[in-house]
Amino acid sequence: MAYKVTTQTPASRIAAIVGAIAIVVLIALPFFAGRGTIQDMFFILTMLVLAQFWNLLAGYGGLVSIGQQAFVGMGAYALFGAVILWGLDPVPSILLAGVAALIIAVPTAFFAFRLSGAYFAIGTWVIAEVVRLLVAQWKTLGGGTGTSLPRSATRDMWFVEMIEEALGVRSAAARDILAYWLALILAIATIGGIYWLLRTRRGLALAAVRDNTEAAKSVGVDAGRMKWIVFLTSAFGTGLAGGLIYMQKARISPDAAFSVTDWTAYVIFIVVIGGIGTIEGPIIGVLVFFALQSLLADFGSWYLMTLGVLAIVIMLVAPRGLWGLLSERTGLHLFPIRRRLTGGQLTTSEE
Amino acid sequence: MALLQTQNLTAHYGDFQALFGVDIELGEAETVAIIGANGAGKTTLMRSIAGVLRNDAGAVSFDGVSIGALTADEIMAQGVAMVPEGRKLFPSLTVEENLLIGTYGRKTAGHWTLDTVYDLFPILAERRHNPGTALSGGQQQMVAIGRALMSNPRVLLCDEISLGLAPVVIKDIYKAIPQIKAAGASMIVVEQDIAQAMAVADRVYCMMEGRVTLSGTPDSLSRDDIHNAYFGASH
Amino acid sequence: MIWIDTIIQGILLGGLYALFASGLSLVFGIMRLVNLAHGDLIVMGAYLILVLVTLLGLSPFLAVFVAVPLMFALGWFLQKFLLNRTLGEDILPPLLVTFGLSIALQNALLEGFSADSQRLPTNALTTASVDAGPITLGVMPLLTFASAVLVIVGLNQLFYRTELGRAFRATSDDATTASLMGIKPANIFATATGIALVIVTIAALYLGLRANFDPNIGPARLIYAFEAVIIGGLGSLWGTLLGGIIIGVAQTVGAAINPEWQILAGHIAFLVVLLVRPRGLFPRAND
Ligand SMILES: Nc1ncnc2c1ncn2[C@@H]1O[C@H](COP(=O)(O)OP(=O)(O)OP(=O)(O)O)[C@@H](O)[C@H]1O
Ligand SMILES: [Mg+2]
Repeated sequence: MAYKVTTQTPASRIAAIVGAIAIVVLIALPFFAGRGTIQDMFFILTMLVLAQFWNLLAGYGGLVSIGQQAFVGMGAYALFGAVILWGLDPVPSILLAGVAALIIAVPTAFFAFRLSGAYFAIGTWVIAEVVRLLVAQWKTLGGGTGTSLPRSATRDMWFVEMIEEALGVRSAAARDILAYWLALILAIATIGGIYWLLRTRRGLALAAVRDNTEAAKSVGVDAGRMKWIVFLTSAFGTGLAGGLIYMQKARISPDAAFSVTDWTAYVIFIVVIGGIGTIEGPIIGVLVFFALQSLLADFGSWYLMTLGVLAIVIMLVAPRGLWGLLSERTGLHLFPIRRRLTGGQLTTSEE
Repeated sequence: MALLQTQNLTAHYGDFQALFGVDIELGEAETVAIIGANGAGKTTLMRSIAGVLRNDAGAVSFDGVSIGALTADEIMAQGVAMVPEGRKLFPSLTVEENLLIGTYGRKTAGHWTLDTVYDLFPILAERRHNPGTALSGGQQQMVAIGRALMSNPRVLLCDEISLGLAPVVIKDIYKAIPQIKAAGASMIVVEQDIAQAMAVADRVYCMMEGRVTLSGTPDSLSRDDIHNAYFGASH
Repeated sequence: MIWIDTIIQGILLGGLYALFASGLSLVFGIMRLVNLAHGDLIVMGAYLILVLVTLLGLSPFLAVFVAVPLMFALGWFLQKFLLNRTLGEDILPPLLVTFGLSIALQNALLEGFSADSQRLPTNALTTASVDAGPITLGVMPLLTFASAVLVIVGLNQLFYRTELGRAFRATSDDATTASLMGIKPANIFATATGIALVIVTIAALYLGLRANFDPNIGPARLIYAFEAVIIGGLGSLWGTLLGGIIIGVAQTVGAAINPEWQILAGHIAFLVVLLVRPRGLFPRAND
């Protein structure tokens, strides 16, 4: 009898098949869905990306950041800068957005890592504020009031004409479809990338740090290095998402791009509601979040109040979120990370 | 009737069971010693009685009333004070403040006051304004005992007050025990040093692997009995 | 001369920030809890005073005396029934719960009072100023600063001269051993947060008298408070005052150079201190 060490479970195999079908459907979505749906899906996918990266930081790395808006805003402004000042095409500029976020992540980490725990959280927030205030001084990009992408740049964006012709849609709709496909690629790459990272030796160590700091210490996990890797990775990804979000919006201002509510509070709620420290959690969380928003957004502040209270209640009664509740009951893991022994025969019947 | 009594007391750390139905008794004005090897469950027993570890309502009674379900602060207010293993002085408090905090939950007039504690351990009076943790191990142990006495407890639980101390220092500290008894407290003394325990105790319980394996008055127990109770008969 | 004036205004402004920060510092010192809703609680305090002023026709200074017990009770219950449940090894629950609280509170205030900015009614005293040689000092800033000093003196007395203060320190050292002294850690924590909210109310009074406020300004106050605490060194109240002063002076000096740089200058000062003294100016030995 052959033993095999695998991380697969029957559920994860089914999930992989369902996931593959879902991806095909999502790719094909613009061929049969209206513009409203595409915009909603763009919102869901970009929030999902932000949530996955925050979850990587806080749920796996124990680094609770309240300063993710620094990377969204910096990425967005880098994209606008590249397009407006250098005349680059917006699509490749998204990569620059990620790089810009990565660049400011280095000094941010340098300062914030001097603080621990809760103070780290507020430290990241302070730095995000500093970046916002500095960007607001950038007069060529509109200073405090912000600016728009020039019409010529958005009209001639890569792939837009192709999409117009292939799908027979107007230019504005084509831009949304392009943004949606890019968001889909980014979301798939993010989930795949994080899943891969968590299954590498380093990533397993990271999960070990989360589950049991003492044990991880005794195994000699280099926590300092892991912190840097996780922080920079998530800054890069958050910056890419920020660039993409503002490429689609085509209009930017410091207050919007560095909004703690939009880019950090919502993201935290998504992860907490769905289940922190799992890949499945943010996926569920973003769907719940979107449903709540569709139902309650008209109620303005009531909506946010509800989200705040919901986060408190979930944190107290089900700290592993909705996915945690589900997987506890069913033992389901769609993205299994633990390795398990299969095949062969075990002499003891203990699990 | 016993002043303090445990009945079928069990204790767990997570899934690990550390006590298996322990029955002990402490009479009024009595001193009882609990001896046993490392890991026998002595500290666990003390912590269970003091309420630091949860246990069943019926398992511990004090003065005829069940205290098993009370919290540590409530039990302390009833008059059961503990000198915890490892002394556990508060580093942010001076020696005198460490003593004073001992009366926080129970302000019963009695023999023990700052003055009488300083009479018992004169060195502490000299060091009263030093931080508690700036003292030697023996002096810290004196503070920990004094702190527990300050509330004039009816029962004093002492967990390894000789731990890590030089023999002369141990002698100094044990000299205080007769005075503590004389002032009216009943005591449970957990001790690894068997000779020391035998000298002060009216009765002795020996524990092994979470159970009481032997009990009796010091002169009724032979060396072999104790040796067997300590390490198991197979040794 | 103008520079001396700027710096003195900054020092006095630091008093306000020290008031913002003292409650945060107290709670952190005792239970290692950082309350992300601290700034929003200050703003809520200002609205509470405003409501009392409007309903009872009191002057703000009298309304504070009504608000203080209410806020103490709020803090006590908040800690006892919500925040105590989040304390432990894991830092996520307290952070996420207080963050949720911050968002909920902000939006509750928005719902109740709209986004319009408000101000507590001022009178001749609050707008008066005194001449000290060549510079003019506002009575309000002076009162604020004096209150900050009084609050810190009071807290130090409480900490080092009273039985409650001993219990605070003992519980902060070791809650389990404290319970062997008859201390109920849960109640000690609740009392500490109650006291923190009393200071928050005093801070709220000056916040509302000196400038306009609206439901959204809480997070910025949290940040100033946090910067003052870190600059001073965790757990040192006089350090917190100095931290407040450093932020205040940096802000007024920044504003004197360019009005747009006021807030930025405060943050930069914080980052510089963090760079050269990561544990603050007066770090506590046993942290
Ligand atoms: N906090 C804890 N968590 C898990 N297990 C514990 C804990 N404290 C004690 N134990 C276990 O419970 C058992 C009894 O421990 P206890 O400390 O009561 O022994 P003891 O008799 O006081 O030993 P010693 O003489 O070394 O102080 C031991 O097996 C110990 O490993
Ligand atoms: Mg022990």
